Amino acid sequence: MKPEDLNVIVATDCGSTTTKAILIERKPEGYRQTYRGEAPTTVEAPYEDVTRGVLNAMAELEELSGRKILDGERIITPARGNEGVDVYISTSSAGGGLQMMVAGVVQSMTAESAERAALGAGAIVMDVLASNDNRAPHEKIERIRTLRPDMVLLSGGTDGGTVRHVVEMAEFLAAANPRPRLGSSYNLPVVYAGNIDAREAVKKSLGGKAELHITENLRPTLERENLGPARDEIHDLFLKHVMAQAPGYPKLMQWVGAPIMPTPAAVGNIIQRIARSRSINIVGVDIGGATTDVFSDYAIPSEEAKTLERIFNRSVSANLGMSYSVSNVLAEAGLANILRWVPFDIDESDLRDRIKNKMIRPTTIPQTLEELKIEQAIGREALRLAFVQHKRLAVGLKGVQRGRTISESFDTSASGETLIDMRTLNMIVGSGGVLSHAPRRAQSAMMIIDSFAPEAITRLCVDSIFMMPHLGVLAEINEQAATEVFERDCLISLGTCVSSVNEVKAGAVCFEYVMDVAGAKREGAVQAGEMVLEPLADGLTAKVSLRPHRSVDLGAGRGKPVEAEVHGGVVGVIFDGRGRPIVVPETDRSKTVTRWAQALGAYPA
Amino acid sequence: MAHAYTPGLRVTQQATIRKERMLPIAGRVLVEVGAKVQASDVVARAELPGDVATVNVVNQLGIAAGDLERFMLKKPGDAVAKDEVIAQTRPMIKWFRNVARAPVDGSIETVSSVTGQVLVRTAPRPVEVRAYVDGVVVEVRPGEGVVIETTGAFVQGILGVGGEVAGELVMAVDSPKAVLTPKDLDERFAGKIVVAGALVSYAVYQRAAQVGIAALVCGGFHDSDLRRLLGYDLGVAITGHEALKPILIMTEGFGDIAMADRTFSLLKANAGRRCSANGATQIRAGVLRPEIIIPAAGGVQAARGALGLTEGSPVRIIRQPGFGRLGTVKSLPSGVQVVESEAKVRVIEVQFPEGDVAIVPRANVEAIES
Repeated sequence: MKPEDLNVIVATDCGSTTTKAILIERKPEGYRQTYRGEAPTTVEAPYEDVTRGVLNAMAELEELSGRKILDGERIITPARGNEGVDVYISTSSAGGGLQMMVAGVVQSMTAESAERAALGAGAIVMDVLASNDNRAPHEKIERIRTLRPDMVLLSGGTDGGTVRHVVEMAEFLAAANPRPRLGSSYNLPVVYAGNIDAREAVKKSLGGKAELHITENLRPTLERENLGPARDEIHDLFLKHVMAQAPGYPKLMQWVGAPIMPTPAAVGNIIQRIARSRSINIVGVDIGGATTDVFSDYAIPSEEAKTLERIFNRSVSANLGMSYSVSNVLAEAGLANILRWVPFDIDESDLRDRIKNKMIRPTTIPQTLEELKIEQAIGREALRLAFVQHKRLAVGLKGVQRGRTISESFDTSASGETLIDMRTLNMIVGSGGVLSHAPRRAQSAMMIIDSFAPEAITRLCVDSIFMMPHLGVLAEINEQAATEVFERDCLISLGTCVSSVNEVKAGAVCFEYVMDVAGAKREGAVQAGEMVLEPLADGLTAKVSLRPHRSVDLGAGRGKPVEAEVHGGVVGVIFDGRGRPIVVPETDRSKTVTRWAQALGAYPA
Repeated sequence: MAHAYTPGLRVTQQATIRKERMLPIAGRVLVEVGAKVQASDVVARAELPGDVATVNVVNQLGIAAGDLERFMLKKPGDAVAKDEVIAQTRPMIKWFRNVARAPVDGSIETVSSVTGQVLVRTAPRPVEVRAYVDGVVVEVRPGEGVVIETTGAFVQGILGVGGEVAGELVMAVDSPKAVLTPKDLDERFAGKIVVAGALVSYAVYQRAAQVGIAALVCGGFHDSDLRRLLGYDLGVAITGHEALKPILIMTEGFGDIAMADRTFSLLKANAGRRCSANGATQIRAGVLRPEIIIPAAGGVQAARGALGLTEGSPVRIIRQPGFGRLGTVKSLPSGVQVVESEAKVRVIEVQFPEGDVAIVPRANVEAIES
């Protein structure tokens, strides 16, 4: 069926916890997302068949929409009247997603590029090995042996550069003889994307011990990164090997009308499309049950070409999430960091038990308001930690983005700079259960602001019902449908956050504002340490004039006034006078956090 | 009749249980199909390749990598002893001779004329796989391991720590709500799998370790105590590798929670029997729950359908409020409802034996096998 003939589309995302199905239908005004169903994912025992969860989610979709989609365990195609669908597509991160180990020669160069290639392909990177990672050879071999990745990406050396170190890594790999995570009936796939001169020696070293796939060097020269071919190879192998081994996936692969994409690759796809079509700097986050992915797409000035170059980055925090990994958020953030966002007193031992109970029964949802507040406090910390990790990964690539010379490439102080400049960030898009399904959108806005701490003027959006993965894969077969649904049904504008970059003394006026909405003016002042909400409906824009305290920076420098256009949303325009970093006072914690929440109407009174 | 899907844990008097007992690498299977085995019997054996030590021979000898093979005294596969010379230069004057020695006992794995490194592998380590349960070998996978089948009672817990043990199942309490104190435990329980009621405290665990108990099975345990026990915060629920004695199996969750009546009754009915228990848990990616297997002399396999929820199905509440309470499904409303957190969710109406009725999100109940 041609893409333009698709009238009814069903898409699923098989997450680690839940399988989400959405129905997309062509209406007179264009493609719309109409219904949504979900069911627990069934990759694991006792079911061990992903299609069970898919069928359950579709059954719920049938029940809600009244459309008959299934004939027993068969998806009815094509659509006729109120029966069947024209195509079924899916993404997947179930069963732990795609788990990879990457290796390069220099940790901050080829190994870092290899890590970016694997992450961009939607993988969870279990470890990054490099010749100079300060581990002794036997430690590297032991590490490779104990990890059971789905795939290994081996890189290293620019073309014509070192052969010895690359081959050394291949020899370690051969000595460790790692086994794939799923099944023992096949050899571990290894993608080699390093120095072309080392190909034969690598082939010889790994002969018979791994299924070697050779692709273009991902770092052919110091100044150029070429991640595309390695990413494509990883995608192909993901489908051929990893998916084919996962429970029920061979059947699922026969049902779909387009290749199954790893969920993060699909979300990354849609985030890049938004950033590039609107020419904005964007940070996206997808917080799941097991992992949290952060994506960024920034226009970075290139000194040499005097132009802007777009750089996309994805990071994955493999053990930060809201169900399976919720306890790890506690372990990494510490109890005090979670407690600071909880607006009531709670016994620490009780909180620990509640968090662990969520981990062991990951599909439960908060029924009481108190439980919701605890869950959202944990969500803030998971998001904050994931963003810290992203900023560490999204650093300038030596020699490329900034047109540095090679000698500058070795300057470690210059290479550690993150590309994420909070002042030039235009939009944050949140996705994933805790953000998409917050009962009030103001709660999502609060969580995004508290965890990402946007500076100056930043637009906030959420994925309405968590459908970015579905649209990411849909864009591959029908871009028009993906774009239309994205604009109409997926992206919900929460509003705009206007934040002071630094703090002033408590009680002082942080900044004053005048908001001009189609000629009607609203004025106000934001006290230091406080938040103010000005409603501005979705679809509307307003001109704001900001007059900061002489020591307050709103993006233009200390004390400098700012004029800007801001977008409305379901929450409105949020003026944040808390400074950066956001500090929750220990003594008045409950009262302060409650006051902030009340300013935005985040919870019922 | 409306129904809903929900995952649940198995608690059943009669089941046919199959356990795969696989070697980590290819080896030798020691039993044949049809053989009756005891939990402690070794059923397969293999030799794990030894660790690898590297020797940068070219640096030590001061030669080019391409010339390495000329200077090697040993070739791949040769056995070497620690400090034995494996390569040496041949200068005119012997006094200038450089040598490279084996850093460990083992054999030469590879000699690389590209990197100039020599890898020496230490002797293999034997690894044995035991039967773990009393049963019959029903399948032999040559070189890989066996499948052992047993018929009997099977109880899955929610989370455990520690690995496999076997021993006699005994009751230390007479009620699922009872909470043990350290003085309730003595040497009579040594080497046994002990059913310990509701909450096990850290002090009780310590006492159990002191008297040599093999496993403690309880309703709940506090996370703060688990942290003390492990010495770290359990971040991701992947357990089983902990060197703990006794192993600990929670049937309900974290906190002071009574063991489900059904679980308690089943364990009580089997007290005095030999059983196998394993605390290994992996909630993500290939879910694995801790278990207690109580083989029976005979028995019939219980039919096991999908765990669907219908009106009258027994359920357990698995989140606050009412965490741990047991009841039955009164109705399954079809639409979505708004609960206290303002979330719009599909719900279930639960009737409790105490007489009260509650509306609970469907996601917050667990089906109990009946």
